[in-house]
Amino acid sequence: MADLFDLLIGKEGDKDYKKKPVIVQGITGKFGSFHTQQMLAYGTNIVAGVTPGKGGQKLEGVPIYENMKEAVSATGAKISIIFVPAKFFLGAAIEALEAGIKLLIAIPEHVPVKDALTVVDLAKKKDAIVVGPNTPGIIIPGVIKIGIMPASPFKPGRIAVISRSGTLMYEVSHHLSLANFGQSICFGIGGDPINGAPLIQAFDTIRDGANIDGVVVVGEIGGDAEEMLAQHIIDTKFDKPVVAYIAGRAAPKEKRMGHAGAIIYGTYGSAESKVSMYAKANVPVAKRPAEVPMLLAGKLGKGRNK
Amino acid sequence: MRLLEYQAKSLFSDYSIPIPQGLTSTDIEQGRKDAAKLGYPFVIKAQMAVGGRGKAGAIQKCHNADEFELKYPEIMQKVVKGEKTKAILLEKMADIKKELYLSLFLNRSKRCYTIIASVEGGVEIESVKNQIIREVGLGDVDSKTAEEVGKEMGLKDKALAQFVDILKKLSKITVEKEAELAEINPLAVLKDDTLFALDGKVIIDDNAMFRHDELRKFQEVSELEERAEKSGFSLVELEGNIAVVGNGAGLVMSTLDMLSDHGGKPACFLDVGGGATTDTVYEALTLISKMKKVRGVLVNLYGGIVKTTTVATAFIKAFDNKIIDVPVFARMSGAEADKSKEMLKGSRTKMFDTIEEAINAAVIEVNKNG
Repeated sequence: MADLFDLLIGKEGDKDYKKKPVIVQGITGKFGSFHTQQMLAYGTNIVAGVTPGKGGQKLEGVPIYENMKEAVSATGAKISIIFVPAKFFLGAAIEALEAGIKLLIAIPEHVPVKDALTVVDLAKKKDAIVVGPNTPGIIIPGVIKIGIMPASPFKPGRIAVISRSGTLMYEVSHHLSLANFGQSICFGIGGDPINGAPLIQAFDTIRDGANIDGVVVVGEIGGDAEEMLAQHIIDTKFDKPVVAYIAGRAAPKEKRMGHAGAIIYGTYGSAESKVSMYAKANVPVAKRPAEVPMLLAGKLGKGRNK
Repeated sequence: MRLLEYQAKSLFSDYSIPIPQGLTSTDIEQGRKDAAKLGYPFVIKAQMAVGGRGKAGAIQKCHNADEFELKYPEIMQKVVKGEKTKAILLEKMADIKKELYLSLFLNRSKRCYTIIASVEGGVEIESVKNQIIREVGLGDVDSKTAEEVGKEMGLKDKALAQFVDILKKLSKITVEKEAELAEINPLAVLKDDTLFALDGKVIIDDNAMFRHDELRKFQEVSELEERAEKSGFSLVELEGNIAVVGNGAGLVMSTLDMLSDHGGKPACFLDVGGGATTDTVYEALTLISKMKKVRGVLVNLYGGIVKTTTVATAFIKAFDNKIIDVPVFARMSGAEADKSKEMLKGSRTKMFDTIEEAINAAVIEVNKNG
């Protein structure tokens, strides 16, 4: 498995240290062009865009290519972010992985399960990390933003946030920042049933980061990712503080709550099941987003709350 | 999209998985014709998207016309776990020797399809014992795998051959129709050792519906839910009286939880999507105005990139156009929050700095007005 921090930041001495090149697929769309501006404003080194039929043009000074093969060979980028509509996602993702992309941020919502499974399969073969689909992306505050998140909730620090929900990632980070818990990385895994990097894998890619004092896991009803993560924390004896939040306690069964992945069948996917597994792993679960920093302060012993 | 039993069975039938002879109706007049065609005795089965129908009396045997006149209307009125009867299936009874369990489902944590089979079927999956489990990638099941599963279940000869055939067809349905779940429970073994699907449950991947126009006929969304879908929102109607609106599924769920914790009763879950503009919020308020039970609206928007004034403009427009006549309690984070508060002064929208404050105010106000 490729190293996430190495891909995102690189090593001191690299000539592109903290300036890793990024390609935007679907750069000329309404969404793609808006967020390209936002990412550039944050300091992300966007080196190329891809929109078939618009090769040779420029957007915000970023050169546009016909396809990923051309864009990658011109720039050497290993990171790409996809903004195409869901029905074109499969083609775009295959093109990126075949061209040698090692970190693929998949923004589109409503990608069919079959297409997501196909991409996951190919990523395994290519030793690449796929984040999403239906993710807000990844941000290392102050360094790089590859996604659609607003910049304001985040500030640099030493807490890692992993989230199944976009706006809740912003909300929880906002409360953390207010309490002076800055973030070393915020990783949106996506709200779909199939994640390129599921909760456990996302957790493993960041767990050994030297700049991490604690981890906040923002989850929601549906699936058993939280249960498996809790077991994984026990099995691997992870000893840094972990605090969780789970949305959807009041959700009815068998109703899709906005996210394709947020649905309870019987007891499978219910909040109670997740909370009880987290309890076994000694992971406290906040009742509301504003409670997360308090629980974290408690876990860290010496609250940095001022 | 969860198919009702008779819809799942019509799919089974298209793929020649054997099902009992049956007819579906939505009113008693058609029901009487069906009964005459089918002949007594038969089973009356409420068609609703929920398990545990048998225990709840939503499935009953019927031996003659007198019983029919009594039971058909009774079952039509049934509500089980909040689900109403959508239609009625009359089905011939069978001589059952044994009930098996068989399903193929999308295993999210393993990120592949998985077969679950058992010789102890006829109960809900959580209670199915001695489960035989096989991971099958993208859902294709070959004869060898199907035979292994059948043998492990102790099936032999004719029954085994038929089981292999049914499992392969179920796999074909899963792959071709992009189902997240295709379940036969019970898969009945009859006195003569033939197998057939006594009940069926199929859930289609909503995101793949654009490739499946042939399944549109099964789609059953409320008028409002359909309108929401067109605007790119997701809407789930609930039982309470406070409409909950926000941007992002997680945030709206979180708001629902906090509202319930404070004794409030959500009337709906309405996610307007990641961004929020004057138009999307205005359309959301328009949708809510169609729900008669709503006594208050709770709005939780994580602005960030969005200017809160954009959203405040939508509220003002909605009041001006008399779209909404109930109080609105809003928490908005993001740019220009102070200016928005100024804009909304004197209107029926109250702005709060935190969601907790907004919820408190909403619950008090709505309870006060009964």
